[in-house]
Amino acid sequence: MKNEGEGSERPDNTAFTQQRLPAWQPILSAGIVIPGFLIIGLAFIGIGIGLFLTSQTIQVWEIDYTGVEKDSPCVRCTIQSSQNCTCDVTFSLSELFTGPVFFYYGLSNYYQNFRKYGVSKDYYQLTGDTQYFKSPQDVCSPYKYDSQNNPIVPCGAIANSMFNDTFELYQIINGTTKKQVPLDGKGISWWTDYNIKYRNPSSVNGSFANAFEGTVKPINWPKAVYELDPVDQNNNGFLNQDFLVWMRRSALPQFRKLYRRITEGDYAAGLPAGNYSLTVHYNYPVLSFDGRKKVVFSNVSWMGGKNDFLGIAYLVVGSLCVVMSVVMLIVYAKFKFSDDDDA
Amino acid sequence: MFRKRPPPEEERRVRANDREYNEKFQYASNCIMTSKYNIITFLPVNLFEQFQEVANTYFLFLLILQLIPQISSLSWFTTIVPLVLVLSITAVKDATDDYFRHKSDNQVNNRQSQVLIGGILQKEKWMNVRVGDIIKLENNQFVAADLLLLSSSEPHGLCYIETAELDGETNMKVRQSLSVTSELGDPNNLAQFDGEVVCEPPNNKLDRFCGTLYWKDCKYPLSNQNMLLRGCVLRNTESCYGLVIFAGPDTKLMQNSGRTKFKRTSIDRLMNTLVLWIFGFLVCMGVILALGNAVWEKEVGALFQSFLPWDPPVDNFLFSAFLSFWSYVIILNTVVPISLYVSVEVIRLGHSYFINWDRRMFCSRSNTAAEARTTTLNEELGQVEYIFSDKTGTLTQNIMTFNKCSINGHAYGEVMNILGAQQKRVQPLDFSAWNPLADRDFCFYDQSLLEAVMVGEPAVHEFFRVLSLCHTVMSEEKSEGELVYKAQSPDEGALVTAARNFGFVFRSRTPGTVTTQELGKAVTYTLLAILDFNNIRKRMSVIVKNPEGRIRLYCKGADTVLFERLHSCNHDLMNITSDHLNEYAGDGLRTLAVAYRDLSEEQWEEWSERFRGADKATDCRDDRLAAAYEEIEQDMMLLGATAIEDKLQEGVPETIAILSLANIKIWVLTGDKQETAVNIGYSCKMLTDDMTEIFIVNGHTVQSVREELRKARERMLESTRTRDGGKEAEAQGWGGACAFGNGCGGGAAANWMPDESKCPPPQAPPSSILESISGEFALIISGHSLAHALEADMEREFLETACACRAVICCRVTPLQKALVVELVKRHKKAVTLAIGDGANDVSMIKTAHIGVGISGQEGIQAVLASDYSFSQFRFLQRLLLVHGRWSYLRMCRFLCYFFYKNFAFTMVHFWFGFFCGFSAQTVYDQYFITLYNIVYTSLPVLAMGIFDQDVPEQRSLEYPKLYEPGQLNLLFNKREFFICIAQGIYTSVVLFFIPYGVLSHATQSNGVPLADYQTFAVTTATALVIVVSVQIALDTGYWTAINHFFIWGSLGTYFTILFAMHSSILFNIFPKQFHFLGSAHNTLGQPVVWLTIALATVICIAPVLAFRFLKLDLKPQLSDTVRYTQLVLQKKRKPAGRAGRGVGGTGVASGSTLGRLGRGGSRRSGYAFAHQEGFGELITSGKNMRLSSLALATFASRHSSSWIDTLRRKKHANSTSAQNTPPTGEDSTASSQAPPFSTSSSAADEAGQPCNEPVLAHSPDDIALSVIRCPEREVGECSTGNVQEAPFVWKGTGTRISGASSPGPPPIAEETSSGE
Repeated sequence: MKNEGEGSERPDNTAFTQQRLPAWQPILSAGIVIPGFLIIGLAFIGIGIGLFLTSQTIQVWEIDYTGVEKDSPCVRCTIQSSQNCTCDVTFSLSELFTGPVFFYYGLSNYYQNFRKYGVSKDYYQLTGDTQYFKSPQDVCSPYKYDSQNNPIVPCGAIANSMFNDTFELYQIINGTTKKQVPLDGKGISWWTDYNIKYRNPSSVNGSFANAFEGTVKPINWPKAVYELDPVDQNNNGFLNQDFLVWMRRSALPQFRKLYRRITEGDYAAGLPAGNYSLTVHYNYPVLSFDGRKKVVFSNVSWMGGKNDFLGIAYLVVGSLCVVMSVVMLIVYAKFKFSDDDDA
Repeated sequence: MFRKRPPPEEERRVRANDREYNEKFQYASNCIMTSKYNIITFLPVNLFEQFQEVANTYFLFLLILQLIPQISSLSWFTTIVPLVLVLSITAVKDATDDYFRHKSDNQVNNRQSQVLIGGILQKEKWMNVRVGDIIKLENNQFVAADLLLLSSSEPHGLCYIETAELDGETNMKVRQSLSVTSELGDPNNLAQFDGEVVCEPPNNKLDRFCGTLYWKDCKYPLSNQNMLLRGCVLRNTESCYGLVIFAGPDTKLMQNSGRTKFKRTSIDRLMNTLVLWIFGFLVCMGVILALGNAVWEKEVGALFQSFLPWDPPVDNFLFSAFLSFWSYVIILNTVVPISLYVSVEVIRLGHSYFINWDRRMFCSRSNTAAEARTTTLNEELGQVEYIFSDKTGTLTQNIMTFNKCSINGHAYGEVMNILGAQQKRVQPLDFSAWNPLADRDFCFYDQSLLEAVMVGEPAVHEFFRVLSLCHTVMSEEKSEGELVYKAQSPDEGALVTAARNFGFVFRSRTPGTVTTQELGKAVTYTLLAILDFNNIRKRMSVIVKNPEGRIRLYCKGADTVLFERLHSCNHDLMNITSDHLNEYAGDGLRTLAVAYRDLSEEQWEEWSERFRGADKATDCRDDRLAAAYEEIEQDMMLLGATAIEDKLQEGVPETIAILSLANIKIWVLTGDKQETAVNIGYSCKMLTDDMTEIFIVNGHTVQSVREELRKARERMLESTRTRDGGKEAEAQGWGGACAFGNGCGGGAAANWMPDESKCPPPQAPPSSILESISGEFALIISGHSLAHALEADMEREFLETACACRAVICCRVTPLQKALVVELVKRHKKAVTLAIGDGANDVSMIKTAHIGVGISGQEGIQAVLASDYSFSQFRFLQRLLLVHGRWSYLRMCRFLCYFFYKNFAFTMVHFWFGFFCGFSAQTVYDQYFITLYNIVYTSLPVLAMGIFDQDVPEQRSLEYPKLYEPGQLNLLFNKREFFICIAQGIYTSVVLFFIPYGVLSHATQSNGVPLADYQTFAVTTATALVIVVSVQIALDTGYWTAINHFFIWGSLGTYFTILFAMHSSILFNIFPKQFHFLGSAHNTLGQPVVWLTIALATVICIAPVLAFRFLKLDLKPQLSDTVRYTQLVLQKKRKPAGRAGRGVGGTGVASGSTLGRLGRGGSRRSGYAFAHQEGFGELITSGKNMRLSSLALATFASRHSSSWIDTLRRKKHANSTSAQNTPPTGEDSTASSQAPPFSTSSSAADEAGQPCNEPVLAHSPDDIALSVIRCPEREVGECSTGNVQEAPFVWKGTGTRISGASSPGPPPIAEETSSGE
C-alpha cells in the first residue's frame, strides 16, 4: 500500500532510533533481593569473624612518653630549657612479642593534614632540581628563607617540622645488663618515594654537601639535610628514610609513623618476654599545642596491623543484612498473603 | 536592534503615493525581525545573556576566588574547564537557533511584491514596502501588509480572501473597496490617487478597523470590510490594488503573534530553586566550617604555630576564618555541579532526537517526520494537564463528505449491514460509468442508493434535486464536463457534489436561473427567490419554477427548525427520519433535513408581493424579511435528511479518549462557529450524549455571562448532590468492578481505569466543592462571552466553572483570546499546558502555552515555525505525550535525583573531613579526581540512563494512560524527592568518610607501613565513592542496553585506568610538580584492608537503599512497577500468569458495560452551513458576483491551491477512520463481546493503523485470527505481538476502552482468538 522507498524523510528503522535496543530489565524481585541480603549478610559475618579473630592475634604495645603525667620518666625533658635530654622508659613484656616487630612513633593532635601545612613543600627541590635550591617556591613560606635571606633546603613547614626524637631499645637481661635490640631502618618508606619520587642532587666536585652550597638547613633542624646519615650515603639527603616517612603526611591528626623494624639478630623471631628499656632522645616539642608522643610496638598479619574496627563493622553489617532479609521476608510474605486474600 | 520607539501612535495618517509625507511619522517598515543577534552583537549579547544565568555567574565568581592564593583550595582548572565547555555549548546552540530565525525572516522579507512607484509597477521585496505605497496583488498571493483595498479586477470592487492564516477559517470572505476607489481601476489612475487615510493606531483586533479616507475634499468611512490583512491569501480574484496602512510589526498578524518568550520547563524552575537552596546550604556549611576554623585557630592553631605559623597577612583567627569560608565555598561548590546544566541539555537533545526519529510519528502521506523544534521542553511533555486544541486542520481535516442519508424513511449509506463480513474491502461506487459529470473523488459505498436513483424513485430524485438547487454554490465549467464548485462552506459543497454524482448535476446559474443536468438531461429552473440562511433561521430555501411551470419551494435546514414547519401528514416519516437523525448524530455526523413545498402560482404571486414589500422596507428590513420567509416556509413535505461527515483526522477520537484517560483535559479553542465546534466535539467524543449537561455560554453582556456561569455552577452542584446518592448503586451496576472511578477525575473516563489502587476512595472529602464534581459536564462558550469572561473580575469564575467540566469548547475566538485562555489556565492552575494548532491563528496560543505543538500540514507553516514540536497528525500527540513525554520526564527525574545524590555524596566528604583537618579546606581527594569526577568518572552512566532508560515499554504507556499521572502530579522529582536524594547523598558521604577513617586510622600495610597517610586515605575514599555511585546508578538504571553496560563498566574501568596512569612514574617524570600521588594507587589498592573497607562502605551505602526500594515495591507499588513486573513475568513465562495481572487487568470486565452507555444518544445536531455566511443569496440574485464565474475560470483551473474546493476534490480514502468507526451496532454489546483486537495498533502505528483496523469490522473468528497474523507483518508487529501474547489481560483491561471509545460494536470473538494463540 505505502511505498517504503518513497519515504525519504522516513526515519531509519533501527533499534537505536526506535528505542527498541535489546535491554536487560532488572527488577527488585523478592527472589533476588531477599537471598541476596542473606548471602551478603552471611558472607560479611564470615569475613567479620575472620578479621576479628586475626585482629585478636596481633600484639600491640603502646607507651606514651610525652611526659605529661608527673610519674612519667620524661617529665624533666618537657622543660623548655633542657637540651639533648634523654630519658629511659622501661617496660616489660610478659610473653614473646612475635616478630617481625614494628616500631612506630605516634603523634596526636598533630595536624599534618592542615591544608597550608600540606602544601608547604617544594616538589622541585625534592626531586633534586638545584635550580629551586636558590629560589624555593612561594608555597614554602614562611620557611622559604631564613632571617638572613638564605634559601632553605628542604624548604617548607613539613620538612621544618620533621620529627627528631630518636630511640634506642635495650633488653634488660638479668635486671642489669642492657642488651641493645638492633633496629632496622631500611625500607620503612614507600618504595616509590625512595626510588622515584625523591631525588638527591648529584654531587658537586665529588662532595654531596657541595650540591647544597648557598643554602641553609631548615630552621628547626640541628643538622643539614646532607648530614642526616653521614654513614650511609643511600640514606642521606632527601632519601633519608626518616625524612621520607615524615614527608608522607598523615591524613588524620592522630597518627603513627614507622620508625624501625626489629628483624635482626636475636630478635628476628620477636621480642622475648622480659624487661626492656627504651632510651628516648627527647627533642620534639609537642606540649605547646597539647600534643602527645608515643611509641608503639606491633606485629602484623596478612591484613596488616591490629584492626578491631573492621572486624566488628563487618560483623555488625552482616548481622543487619541478615536481620533485614528476615524482615523483608516477613513483609513480603505478609503482603503476598494479604494480597492473595484480596484476589 | 531596537530603533528608538516613537511615542505611541494616537492615530495613523497615511497619504497614498507620498513617501515623503509618510516618512515624517516613522512608521514601521514592512521588514519583520524575529531574530535576536547579528554577527557583531552575538558574542557580547549572548555572553551577557548567559551570565544572567545565576549558575554561570556563580561559577565565574568561583573562578575569580580561586585565583586568590590565600583562598584557593583548588586549582583554577577545576572550574574553568567545565565553565568554558558549558558556555561554548550553549553559545553554539543559540547561534544555530538564531541562524534559522534569520533564514526564515529573510525568506519572508524577500518575498516579491509589486509596488506602484511613479505610476509604474515595480518588483520590490516585502521588506521594502512602505506605508502609503500602493501594491498590486495577484490571485493566490499572500497579502504583504495590511492594505486598504482600492480596486480589484472583479466587479464592484469585490475581492475574495482566505483568512486561514489569521483566524483558521478556510472559507472565503468577501472584501469590497469603496466605490470611489474601485473606479480608479488601472495603474495610471491609481498613481494619481492621493487620498489620505486617518485611522486607528496599530492593534491586534482582527475583525475591526476604523478609519476615514479623505479624498478630493470628501470623507469616506472605512471599515474592516475594506481591509486586506497581512497573512490572508487572495482567492478567485485576478488582481487587486491596495494601499499599505500597516506594515511589518504593525500589522494585525504580527500584533497578534505575541512576543517570543523563552520557555522553561517546570523542572527547570524547580532546578533553579533547588540550586539556590543548595547555594544557601553551601553558605551554611561554609559558615559552620568557618566558625570551626575560627575556634580551631584560636584553640589549637594558635598553639600549633611552632610548626605551622600563621601567614603574616593572616595573623588572627577571625581573618583566617573569613578566608576559610571562601576556601570552603570553593571546594564545596561541587554540590552545584557545573556539568548539571550541560548534562540536562544533552539529555534533552537526545530525547529530541528520539522524537525526530520516531517512525510511528512519521506520516507517510505527507512524508513528514515529527520534529522537536525546541530541545528544552521534553520532560514537560510528561506533565501536561491541559491541552488546548485548535479545531480546523488539527482535529479535523477540514474535508466534508456526504456520508449517509435518509430518504423517505429509508436509510442509505450503511454498507456493512447488508453484506456483512464477507466483504473484505468495500469498493466505492463507480459513478463515472453512467454519469460523465461525476466527481471522481467522491466516494460512496451503498449500492442501494444508486439503484434507487436508477429505478427512479421519485422521493430520491426529489431529494437530490433539492440538493442540486437549494444552495449558494457557484460553479465553474472549465471545459465540457469538468465542473468545479465553489461553495462558501464545505458542507454545501459536499451536498452539491453528492447530488452531482447521483445524477443531479448543478451546472451553472445566472441571477435568475439555475441550470442542472438531471440524469443526463439539461433542465433550467427559474430561480424565483433565495430565502437566505442566517443563524437564527438555520435554514435556507429556494423557490424555483421548473420548465413545466410548477413552482416549488425547496428547503434544507436544521431538523429542529424544519420539523416544526412540516405539513402534519409527515408525522410518521418525521419519526422515522428522526430516528435516523439520532443515529447519525450518535455517529458524530452533521445532519440536515430536506423538504419541499409545492406552491401554486397564486400563492407565489401573493407572497412575492409581500416579499418585495419587506425587501424594500427601510426600517426593520431584516425582521420583515424574516417574517416573510417564515410565512412561506410552512406546510412543507419532508424528503429526508443528509448526514455529512466533517472528516476528523485519523485516530482523533481514540487519541482524545486515551489522553483523557491520562487525566489530561482537552479544551477546543476554535475560530469556527459554535455549531461546528459542538459537532466536532461530539464526533471526537469529547462531548457525549450521556453527559449530564452541556452549558452554553453565549451572553453578550458582562451580566449575562456572569449569570450564565453562575447558573452552570449551580447546576453542577445540584446534580452532583443528586448523583452522590445514586453513586453506589451505579457503581455496583458496572458489572463487578470495584467502586473505582468516582472522584477520580472524570466520570465515564474514570470508569475505564484499570487500576483501582490509584483511585482515592470515593468518600474522600473534596477540597473544594467544584473540584468534587465528576466531569460529566461540558462548557461551550463563544468568543464574545469569552471576552467578558476573561476580564479580571470574572476570570476566576470562568476558570472554576470551566475546570469543573470535562470538556470545554470555546468557539468564535480570536487568536489573542486563545492565548488569553491559555494564559489564564497557566496562571491560575499551575498546570502544564499544551497548545496544538496548525494555522497562523494558533500562533499566539502556541507561543503562550508551556508547550506549543504545530500540525504541519495544509495551512502554511506559521504554526510550525512558532511551535516547539511539530508533526502532521493529531493522533501523534498521544505518542508524544504518553511515550516520549513520559519517558523524558521519568528519565529527567531519575537523572536529577541521581545527579544531586552523587554530588552530595562526593562533596560532603570534605565537610566531615573539615572537622579533622583543622577546618583548613583541605580536600579529601586529589584535585584531578575532583576535576574529573563529574566530567569523566560519573557523567556517562547517568547520561546513558537519562537518555535510554525505560520503566515500561512504549506500548504499555499507551495501554495504561494512568501511567502518565505521576508526571502531572509532579511525583518523581519534587522538593521532597530532592531532600531524599540529598539525604541519601549525605548519608553516603558520612559512610564514605567515617568507614575509611575508622579502618585506616589504625591500619597498616602488611609490611608494617601505616595506611593512614593522606594519599592512601584519598585514594581509598575516592575509589569507594566511585564504586558506590556506580552501584547506585546500576541500581537506578532500569533498562540496561549495551550502551548502559558500556558506560557503567567503562566508567569504572576509566577510573582505574586514569588512577593508575596518574599515579604512575611516567607522568610523574614528565610533570613532577603536578602528579605527586605517585605510587599511591599501587600501594593502596594492593592492600586487602583497603578493599575490605571499600566493600564495607559500599554495602553500608547501598543495602539500606536496596531494602527500602524493595519494601516500597512490595508495600506501595506504583502502577509502573506493577506493569513492569507483569511485563517481565509474562516475558519469562510466555504465558498469561494469573497473579501477574493482579491490580492491573482484573477490573477490565467492567469496561463493556460502560461502553454500552456510550451508545446512541438523543441530541442531534444540525449541520447546515456551519461555516456559512449570510448574504450570499442576495449576492447571487443581484448578480453582483456573476462575472466572477467566467473570469476566474482560467485562473481557477490552473492554480495550485489549498482552497477547500480542491481539498474536497482530493478526498482520498473514503474508508477513513470515522467510516470504520460506525460499524453495525452490536445490539447488545455485552462485556465479553467487547474485544477490539487491535485497538492499540490503530493508534500506535501510523500507516499500518488503517489496515489493521479493518479486521475490527470483520465478523467471523477466522477473520480475526487472520488479522492477528497479518498485522505483525506490518510495522505494528512489535506491539501487536505483545498484545496477542497477553491477550486476555490486555483486552480485558485497556484494549477495550481505547477503541471502545470509538467503535461501539466489534465482534464477539475475543476469547476464541486469545485462546487460539
